Amino acid sequence: MSLEEELAVIMTVNGERVARSIPVRQHLVDFLRTELGLTGSHIGCEHGMCGACSVRVDGAVVRGCLMLAVQADGCDVLTIEGLTESEEVADLQAKFVERNALQCGYCTPGMLITAAELLKQGKPVSRDGIRAFLSGNYCRCTGYHAIIDAVEETLKARTG
Amino acid sequence: MKAPRFSYVRAQSLDHVLQLLAEHGDEARILAGGQSLIPVLNMRLSQPKLLIDINRIEPLKGISRRDGSVRIGALARHVEVMSSSVVQDSLPLIAEAMPHVAHVAVRNRGTFGGSIALADPSAELPACIVALAARVVVQSTRGRRAIAADEFFLDLYETARKPDELLVEVLIPEQEDDCVSVFMELARRHGDFAIAGLACYARCKDEMVNEARLVYFGSEVKPTLAVHAMAALARKQWTPALSEVVSAALGDDLDPIDNIFGSPATKLHLQRVLTRRALDKAVQRAKLQ
Repeated sequence: MSLEEELAVIMTVNGERVARSIPVRQHLVDFLRTELGLTGSHIGCEHGMCGACSVRVDGAVVRGCLMLAVQADGCDVLTIEGLTESEEVADLQAKFVERNALQCGYCTPGMLITAAELLKQGKPVSRDGIRAFLSGNYCRCTGYHAIIDAVEETLKARTG
Repeated sequence: MKAPRFSYVRAQSLDHVLQLLAEHGDEARILAGGQSLIPVLNMRLSQPKLLIDINRIEPLKGISRRDGSVRIGALARHVEVMSSSVVQDSLPLIAEAMPHVAHVAVRNRGTFGGSIALADPSAELPACIVALAARVVVQSTRGRRAIAADEFFLDLYETARKPDELLVEVLIPEQEDDCVSVFMELARRHGDFAIAGLACYARCKDEMVNEARLVYFGSEVKPTLAVHAMAALARKQWTPALSEVVSAALGDDLDPIDNIFGSPATKLHLQRVLTRRALDKAVQRAKLQ
């Protein structure tokens, strides 16, 4: 058996500089969870279908399971922990609670970080548009309506 | 669900990629957006010895106009294609297809060239470039060549690209003034791979269809140019009666795959429904021009 190949990588995670030697086959969300203890990003399907592992890389939401950690070299990575700390989505999180937009909570970090990208665009979107935007994130509890409600109300409050 | 062991090289230049491909050929895989490659590795359906990461190769990026065509670099991400004004203005078919290409997080990483090189039978972009008679440009240490899109897709996940060649760009003729295009697909969930779909590029004058290129995907092993249906349409008035004739002819063009998304009969039916809707829309668009 050959030795595990590693690569030295420097990235920024939630505003902090992280320098590590990382196995080349490790995907980003495994690295964030096991090496950095950032367990807010969840692992669902590990093949890009469910969206539970969504994180923000250089300002754009991506599947954490479909990017190798070594590919994040030089990148700015933001997880739900960093997003929460920045209070960027504090209003959305409050709406999630108000509208019962979560039950088990497994999909919630991915939902929030994906919805944050829609909110960032700062323009009104129809319910169908919100539904299409979030279509890559599975929720097995809520039936989605409450999630759409929470995003729609936050968007309305922000765009006036 | 963890990828097997492999070696990884972050390529520094186009020459570097081509050297590595010349050396390793089929044992290497190109890592662009990784939105199809990484799932395949995580599920251990493939065990390449080497991944060549091309994400930092500048000449593979960008979207621009060139001699009546639009050049889309292999590394142009779906999100860039979707928001490109060049694509909106000159390639309305691709602009209409883009919202169907995967989900937002996948579009932020996935690349145009990756989708073409993979040749997934349910993918939108291969069908679009066949409909628009694009050329796929590949390069190796042996040189560079352009392949017509309808000769590029050979079979299920099989293309005319040789193991030592890199897909570098796709050249797509701009939509002509007297033409219209329509893209339609059916999927279980918005953004998922299509069960049935159609890319249509037609030269219409009011309700007269002078010529049309109809390319079907989702139901077939590769994007399929429906030559019988196209012949039935050419130089005819689009009427309900002609719609029946075209539907019948489509049976000679398509040979749908039987899988969990439906039987061959179901898929042929769905493709016929899409054909009628797409040509209704094409004629409607031609009248507005």
